[in-house]
Amino acid sequence: MQAEPRPAARPVATDLAQPAGRARHFLRVVGAIVWKDLAAELRSRELLSAMIVFALLVILTFNFALELDRSPAARERTGAGVLWVATVFTGTLGLNRSLAMEKDRGSLDGMLLAPIDRSALYLGKALGNLLFILLVEAILLPVLAILFNLPMLRPLLLGVVGLGAVGYAAVGTLLASLAMHSRSRDVMLPILLLPVAVPVLVAAVRATSGVLAASAWDEIAPWINLLIGYDVIFIAAAFMLFEYVVEE
Amino acid sequence: MIEARGLKKAFGLRPVLRGVDLEIASGEFVALMGPNGAGKTTLMRILATLSRPNAGLVRVAGFLLPAGAAEVRQRLGVVTHHTLLYSDLTAEENLRFYARLYALGRADGRIGAALAQVGLERRRRDLVRTFSRGMQQRLAIARALLPDPAVMLFDEPYTGLDPDAALMLDEVLRCVAQSGRTVLISTHDLPRGLALAHRVLILSRGVIAHAVPTAGLRPADFADTYAQVVRQAAYAG
Amino acid sequence: MPKASRSVQLLNIVTAVLMLIALGLVFLYAPRERVMGEVQRIFYFHVPSAWLSFTAFVVTAVAGAVYLRTARPFWDQVASSSVEIGLLFTIMATVSGSIWARPAWNTWWTWDPRLTTYTIMALIYVAYLMLRQGIEDPERRARFAAVYGIVGVISVPITWFSIRWWRTIHPVVIGSGSATAEGGFDMTSKMLTTFLFANLAFTFLYATLLVNRVRLARFSERVEQLKARLLAA
Repeated sequence: MQAEPRPAARPVATDLAQPAGRARHFLRVVGAIVWKDLAAELRSRELLSAMIVFALLVILTFNFALELDRSPAARERTGAGVLWVATVFTGTLGLNRSLAMEKDRGSLDGMLLAPIDRSALYLGKALGNLLFILLVEAILLPVLAILFNLPMLRPLLLGVVGLGAVGYAAVGTLLASLAMHSRSRDVMLPILLLPVAVPVLVAAVRATSGVLAASAWDEIAPWINLLIGYDVIFIAAAFMLFEYVVEE
Repeated sequence: MIEARGLKKAFGLRPVLRGVDLEIASGEFVALMGPNGAGKTTLMRILATLSRPNAGLVRVAGFLLPAGAAEVRQRLGVVTHHTLLYSDLTAEENLRFYARLYALGRADGRIGAALAQVGLERRRRDLVRTFSRGMQQRLAIARALLPDPAVMLFDEPYTGLDPDAALMLDEVLRCVAQSGRTVLISTHDLPRGLALAHRVLILSRGVIAHAVPTAGLRPADFADTYAQVVRQAAYAG
Repeated sequence: MPKASRSVQLLNIVTAVLMLIALGLVFLYAPRERVMGEVQRIFYFHVPSAWLSFTAFVVTAVAGAVYLRTARPFWDQVASSSVEIGLLFTIMATVSGSIWARPAWNTWWTWDPRLTTYTIMALIYVAYLMLRQGIEDPERRARFAAVYGIVGVISVPITWFSIRWWRTIHPVVIGSGSATAEGGFDMTSKMLTTFLFANLAFTFLYATLLVNRVRLARFSERVEQLKARLLAA
């Protein structure tokens, strides 16, 4: 081992000096965080497999509790609800793990030590969480479609699922970063998140059952608008508030 | 390169730092010692931009904190007893991730150089979870070296290392010192701190209670001084 | 313990007087409502309690935002005190509403949008208090609570909108010319006077409770400080 030759008068990350460079860096950081979460997950498959198995168990439980297999009428009424309850519960599982992973190995500090915008950190984690939720949906929707003979794969329905998942991941990532520092963090996240996420649940369930029942656009549109409104408001709020969560 | 004046930090009503003054010149290697609970980690976190003091002035690498935090972060390498690594990524992937966060160009070259410096080139494609504690700690140092920082902070880097790994770390630290960087290291290990550093500070009950250059200092004498300083501070508090 | 300042004492007295007058107006001055009878008088307590619970939670969010800007513990004390008082008013509004709903709607509880939203809101602020309990470091506790207080106050109106599209049977008394919802009524001018006065009195009650609760928070902080100093010595 030898002493490292030290470059003289090294210019420090010059790219960060101009606004355009900073914007590029922002996007690269977001990409790097998403890539990192995805690469680690694809290797261990701890989280995704747990989420998928859990989501299937929720469906199975509902099948027995509501006797979904017996009556087509029950399926049509509750299909949307089953989908979203499975999503919401599975989502808290993923959100908790995604942030706990950063805290337990101190890597959150590692990211905070880097010259990155705190909102890039938020966006990267939120996008990663969104991706995990969507991957679970990608399994959940066909399973529901096959098991209960529901038209779960309509394009409009995929749009509804996307909008609902965006809002849930946006507010969930912010609140998971609060819950992560509290004493009983696994219990804390659902308690903090579920009451605040009620609008997502209501609007997504309504829009989904509208699509399943092939309702007119007029009946579905308000719920989709509500989802979009919720997404925009909470992404903006989380952007402004996340800094206060991570900066001591 | 590192300057603190009247630094105070309390957690709620429990004061941890009660007015820390220190000044570390460019290229200096300084060891920070003190008993558990003296405030070493808190001081390190403040210097590392991770925490804000309640009062006092901090300047690192020429920039005032917290206003210049973004500038400081570009010039700072930090190693703690947490490795700050992802165990499901390979050594190289970990470094590549951090290279992107630091907006570093020519990342391949830098990653290779950093791995070479800590002697891990041959394990670059292995998952961090297969590494021993000592190897993880060396990779953590490679991570900190990546942006070629002018200032480095080591918070208890010897924690959890076996004697072999500790010897390896000694060598890495000596290299870091020779590269002309400013280094502040906190440790419980008196002989090690004396052997490595130009100067030793003793932090006790939230103040720098003693500061002495290591040149010509005998370990046994220093151990006596240390015990005395810590005991005195305990009575004074 | 230092004595309450003149202005706090004055506020306490004024509030007590106003509450007494409000009671007098409600039971002696306001006329008996034609259809519902005496039970309608609950309305003079129910509506102000509900309004002040909302006000209290908005105050929490605003104080939280100020805390995030200034990092002064005082604003955190205001925020957390206001949540406690807000939950108190929430309980008052819920209980008085149930007592009224039993004869008016023939049920203690319905899943009408306002009631549902109200329950969810109460749960948000119970969660707020649980979050506070789960965090040791006071500075972090204040910061996180401020963030959650702001998220909560943003979500409540959206929740209400989302649930509003369900059928509502909750009477809309203010601002709707005709009382179409079941249990609605037109206010006479005496009723209106009583109602407005009750609102004023309850607003003073909220302010008094808040001032005294914040005072209490500062005292307990002082006690902790003295304890810490005693232990350090």
